[in-house]
Order: sequence, then structure tokens, then C-alpha cells
Amino acid sequence: MSATAALTVHNLRVGFGAAEPVVRGVSFEIAPGECLAIVGESGSGKSVTARSLLGLAGGNARVQADRLDLGGRSVQGLTDRAWESRRGKDVGLVLQDALVSLDPLRPIGREIADSLRLHTTLGAAARARRVIELLDAVGLPDPAHQVQKRSGQLSGGERQRALIAAAIALDPPLLIADEPTTALDVTVQAQILALLEQIKRSGTALLLISHDLAVVSRIADRVALMHDGLLIESGPTEQVLGSPQHEQTRSMVAAVPADKPRGTRLSPMDSPAARTIPRSPAPAPTATEQGEIVLEAIGLTRSFRRPDGSRQLAVDDVSFALHRGSTLGIVGESGSGKTTTARLVLALLEPEQGEVQLFGRPWSSIAEKKRRGRRPGVGAIYQDALGSFDPRRSVAEILADALGSALTHSRGSRRSPQSLARLTTLLDEVGLAGTVLSRRPLELSGGQRQRVGIARALAGRPEILICDEPVSSLDVSVQAQVLDLLDDVQRERGLSLIFISHDLGVVQHISDDVAVMRSGRIVESGPAARVFAAPQHPYSVQLLKAVPRLLG
Amino acid sequence: MLGRLGVRLAGAVFVLWAVASVTFFAVRLIPGDPAQAVLGGPGSQASPEALAAVTAEYGFDQPVFTQYLTQLGRLATGDLGRSYALNMEVGPLVLAQLGGTLLLAVLALGLAWVIALALATWSTRGGRVAARVGSSLEIVAAALPHFWLATSLIVVFSIWLGVLPPISTAGVAGLVLPVFTLAIPLAGFLGQIMRESLLIALESPFVLSARARGEGARGVRWIHALRHASLPAISLSGWAFGSLISGAVVVETIFARPGLGRTLLNAVTLRDVPVVIGVVMIVAVAYILMTLLTDAVSRLVDPRLRLS
Repeated sequence: MSATAALTVHNLRVGFGAAEPVVRGVSFEIAPGECLAIVGESGSGKSVTARSLLGLAGGNARVQADRLDLGGRSVQGLTDRAWESRRGKDVGLVLQDALVSLDPLRPIGREIADSLRLHTTLGAAARARRVIELLDAVGLPDPAHQVQKRSGQLSGGERQRALIAAAIALDPPLLIADEPTTALDVTVQAQILALLEQIKRSGTALLLISHDLAVVSRIADRVALMHDGLLIESGPTEQVLGSPQHEQTRSMVAAVPADKPRGTRLSPMDSPAARTIPRSPAPAPTATEQGEIVLEAIGLTRSFRRPDGSRQLAVDDVSFALHRGSTLGIVGESGSGKTTTARLVLALLEPEQGEVQLFGRPWSSIAEKKRRGRRPGVGAIYQDALGSFDPRRSVAEILADALGSALTHSRGSRRSPQSLARLTTLLDEVGLAGTVLSRRPLELSGGQRQRVGIARALAGRPEILICDEPVSSLDVSVQAQVLDLLDDVQRERGLSLIFISHDLGVVQHISDDVAVMRSGRIVESGPAARVFAAPQHPYSVQLLKAVPRLLG
Repeated sequence: MLGRLGVRLAGAVFVLWAVASVTFFAVRLIPGDPAQAVLGGPGSQASPEALAAVTAEYGFDQPVFTQYLTQLGRLATGDLGRSYALNMEVGPLVLAQLGGTLLLAVLALGLAWVIALALATWSTRGGRVAARVGSSLEIVAAALPHFWLATSLIVVFSIWLGVLPPISTAGVAGLVLPVFTLAIPLAGFLGQIMRESLLIALESPFVLSARARGEGARGVRWIHALRHASLPAISLSGWAFGSLISGAVVVETIFARPGLGRTLLNAVTLRDVPVVIGVVMIVAVAYILMTLLTDAVSRLVDPRLRLS
């Protein structure tokens, strides 16, 4: 196999400057028409590995390998010029989010034609024809018209197709795709994966880099798990995902929330970040008897002004009810109006029509002055936890603020033992050690930040928690811990949750009821079990079909 | 499109009105009798009768506000009035001086761009040393005052080396030192901005994509990064042009070069109000046009601006 392999890597090591190597001896090969997925969490070294294969690991990178062959020819010790003659021709690269991976100032036609200009003798007219063929091949409708557009004028799926067209312009034997679908909605993600699979079937070797096991399981023939600069486990996809051998692999497989029933733990109990206090076994919430309605949205409507002055309906006649102690999942793709709904529920935006009622009393229709006293009853958690903190304040100050002004004596210099005890209790509840109190948000990991975010939301003793994409920017294992944490605090405090996400797997795992949003409207709602098992609306069906599942 | 043009036009009119008003009242703060200025300036021995006649003729005895309105009314019809000291129409006088100053400012702006681009590309291509040297040079250059730079250049190039004239004579040689005096501090300033945005552009994913297609270091710079890097510098060039004109006051005086700057300085000394206002108005118009031009260039370089 190695004689014909599109890519052969033996004992690849990459380090930066004098620091410890970030890739510590990685070996793999890919045959033509085969897809290998390297899966790992952020910082595992997977992207550095991918870039080293193109000679683009960076100016101060030390790349060493016993063997590094592209299409049977070694690329070790190549000069810059020699590398340039092989990039694009022998290997193509597709990055995440084509909005910035294609030059936003240039028409996509030019970007795609670049490879042809650099590596072939085709004239301008011939290049233009080839570009249109390529765009047609990647399934971009009306390519002759689209070539003039720039990445900002295309939808996420369209520009990702354009980026792929640019990478395969010269039909390179190897295509490297680094998180090619991470920024995309599920339905678009499914289309892009299908496109990559089609390219693979045409005989191109595909190296897929991803943090998401479920995504790669769809098209990868083999999977390799990367952790801390090493490939800890690799093999055929079914084998690795079906019966993972390595402990790290097992916990990654377990962390995928899709198809895991409500209440199932996603993160290992003994992981250092998990909480130390004993927990009760997770009882499945009784779906039959619903608690009283704590929050109700009635016919919410809200529009925004477009740049050209016309108005766009962001939320259109949205109604739902949140029952005590339950979780309502709101799911939809980008632009479906999920976040606007969250802001309306939090009374950060006024609805143009309809109203929100809290505990049976008016909430959105009263003056902010009257609302302020009741605000602690509704907590909020956001996707960008870091952005929601003042970067110059320590965790102690952030939480003390949320606990109430009574606790912040004289710039926090001297805290009463009592208030410190409350802080510690709060931290304990979200599984953080007291040592984080003196740190600032930038010094925390992504998971720790979101835990602080949850602690802040809990500080006001809320009965309702609005979570807007709370785990979307987290690694899957951290996501699992945060989801477990939300599950725990909900049970212990009897919280009612509105959980907004684009990720159906996450919503399915955490919700009792679910509402599917599209273009500002709720197209389907009902008990999560029913909606996920037997969706009625065509859009729900389509959305569910697109969800990446392990071994799906 | 028409709406935007209307907003622009209204803005320009407002700026011109504000400039005229501020200048009118500021000039009144200069001590001395305006009638004296008409009759030959502070040194002249004008008779009281002559002074009284001039005061009545020019309306200096009117309330300030009436004078202000009269002045505005004249400006609105495009009449810049007559110079007190030179006894000629301000319009032709100022326009005659405009060319020299514009030439100076445009050349200086162009040279500043060339230096800044060269410095930014060089200092981001080389290693860490080049980056340090580049950024230090930019900071020093940006901090140099015109009067000091002009004197130093004269000392080095005219007195020690004797290769360039210390006084701005007609011809190219006479332009070199004034242009460099204006361009060097601006180049330092523009260079800082360009280097920073160039570094950001070179780190961006689209540059990685381009390199993965086989684009070389030079191609990445010229096709992708420099275009992004020039955007903030283009927006600032409108402002820079204004600062160049005010810099011209100092530079034209030091190099004894005719131009708006010197005309303005003389007019202020002689309390020649119409000339002061005339110069300021012309500069304001040039500044507005330059801002429109930089906007247009920005739209040309960044097509995204054309969409919204």
C-alpha cells in the first residue's frame, strides 16, 4: 500500500522554538480514494500536523520526520520555491469558515483561478472556463454569475463550496480539510460532507481534521484519535467508535450527546474537572406530569431594519410555555431567530407584538424600573463567556457583583467570611476550586469560563435559566462536562431552563420539550422524545436527517 | 445614491460655514485696529481722518454680528472680498498661491506612502531585528517636528554637502527638501498603521489558503496582504492631507517658498482678515474634496464598502 499511498508520514515531530514539541511522533498513511480523519480536541496538535504536510507549520517551526512523502515523493528539506511548486498541485487545503479563508476583497473566481495561474500555462479565457467547470462540479448553482462575487456575498455553504473548488482546481491527489464544516449549519454541513465524500470517491485521498467525532464518522474510512501530540488510537471507523480501546477515546465517544437519553452522564465521574461531591443517580424526569408554567411567550414578534431600510422579521408570532423544573430546547439554524427570542424573553429587547409573562405576571410589557427587582429570578448564560466578562475583573469580583452589592465592600479588599463562604459554595456548585477566585477571565480555560458564567447566573438564585448556545464553542469533552453540570444544577435547584442551540444532538440530550425554529417561526414543537422520534414538519425531518451521528 | 450625495453635500456646506465662522471670530481676537491694517499695516502713520473714512467704508463701526452676517452673505455668493493690505481681490490672490502648496502636499503625501509601504513590507518580511528597527524608525519619524527636520535637512544637504538649495527655488531641486520635511513624519505615522494591519493580514486564513495553493511570499503580499493593509492608511490620508497643508505654513516659511502657508502667515501678521478667511476657506474646500477622494479610493480597494 505504501508504494501507492497518496501520503506517507513516519514519526512526524513538530516543535516551535525551544518549547516542548506539540506533535511528538505521528505516523500514518492514506491511500488514493481513502479518507482518514484525525480527531482531537483543541491543542492536541492536529492542525499543526495538517499544516506540516504543506510545509506551512510556521516560520519558527521545527518539522522533523523519518519519512514525509506526498504522492510517493519526499517533501523533506524542500526549498520555499520547491514547496510552492507542489502546494496546490500535489496537495490542496480547505480551511474552516470560507468567509475569511477566501480573500474577502477578491472575487471567488480569481481566488479559484490562482492555482491555475500558478501551476499551469492556461490563458485567462481558458482559466475562466475551468473555474466555471469547477464551481459547477462542487455544486454551486449559476456559476457563471457567481464567479464575480466575493466571499461576503455568498452564504456559508456557497463559499465553502468555492473554497473547496479552489483547493481541487488542479485535482491534487491529496486534499486536506481542516474543520471544513465547523462553522456551518447542520443541513449545509451534511451537503459539504457529501461533496467531500464525492471528491474522495473520485480517487482523491482525503485527510479530514476535526474535533467532532460524529461529523467525521459519516465519511471517514479510518479514524485516528490525537491527544497531546500523539495518535493514541487508530483504525477503521466502526472499530474505533464501536469498541474504543483507549480510555481517552472512550470518553470522547461517551461525550457525544446525540442519541444519549436525558439524564445520561456524558463526562466521566472521576475526571479531575468533575465535581467531587457525590451525586444522586440521574432520574429520568417524569414527562407525564408537567409543573406549572413559569414563563410564557405569547405571539412574540420582532423585526429589524436591514441596511437598505426595509424591515426583516426576526421573530414571527412565536409562542411557547416553560414548565417548572423542565427544559425547553429551542433549535434552529443561524438566522432562525433563536437569539432574538432569547433577548425578548430576557426583556433586553421589546417585542413589537405579543408579550412574555413570568410566573403568570406581565414581564415584557412593564417598565424596566419595575422589572429590575425581578431580574435576578432569570439568569442568562451566553456562548461567548469570555466576552460576557469584564476582562480586568477577577472571578471573585465578577461573582461578588452578581451576588449583590452588599458583598462588595470597599473595592473587594476586605470580604466578610460570610460572603467568602457564599462565593465558595457557588464555586463548589459549578465544580470550580477556590483557587480560580483571584484569576481573571483570560487566565481561565474555555470550560472554566463557562462554569464561572453559570455560577454568575446562579448567584441571583434564579428560578429560570436562559442558555444561549452555552456549549457551542467548547471541545466535546468540556461540552459534556458543562451539559452534565447544567443537568445537576437543574435537578438540585429545581430550575427551569430554556436551552437555545443550533446543535440538535445537544438539544435532544438536554430537553424535555423542544421547539424547532426556522425563519423566525416555530415550525414544530412538542415533547422532545416525540419530535425527535417522529418529526411532523418537513423541515424538522430534514434537520434531523442532517444531524451527524456516531456511525450514522 | 442620491440621498447619500445629498447628505455629503449638506455636510460639506456645514463644514464650510463652521470654518468661516470660527475663522471670522478668531481673527478678531488679534489685537489692533482693522482700519490700520487697510492703511498700510501696524507701522503706517495714517491720519485720524483717513482711519475714520476707512472704518466707515468697511463697516468696522458696525456691530460684530452685523459684520459677521455681511461677511457670510458675501462668502455665500463666492465673493472672498478684497485684501486690506494688498488692495486686490482675495480670490485670484489665493488661487495663485494654491498650486504651489497643493503640489507640495500631494508630493509629500505620495512620498510618505512610498516610504511607509517600503518600511512596512521590509520590516514584516525580515526577522525580529527588522521588525524592531522598522518600528523604531517609524516612531522616531512620526515624532519629528517639521521645523527641526527642515533645519536639520538644510544643515546636512545644503550647508555640509551642498547638493540641494536651502531656499526653495523654482525647479525640482528646490522641491526636494520641503517635500521630504513634510513626508518623513507622515511616513512614520502611516508606516506604523500599515505594518500593524499588514501583520494581521499576513496571519489571516485567506493568506494560509493562498499559500496552500502554491502562492509565494511575494504574491501573497502583493495580491492579498498589502491591499488589506492599505485600507486604514487610505482612510487616514484625508486627514493627513489636512495636516500637510498646516505643515506647509512652517515649511514654506523656512524654505522661503511662495504658497498658501506663507500667504496665510503674512495675512495673520497684517491682520488681513479677508485673506485669512480666503485661505482657510480654500483649504477647507481642498480638504473636503480630498476626503471625498479617499472615500472613493477606499471603495475602489474594498468592494465590500460598495454594497451597503
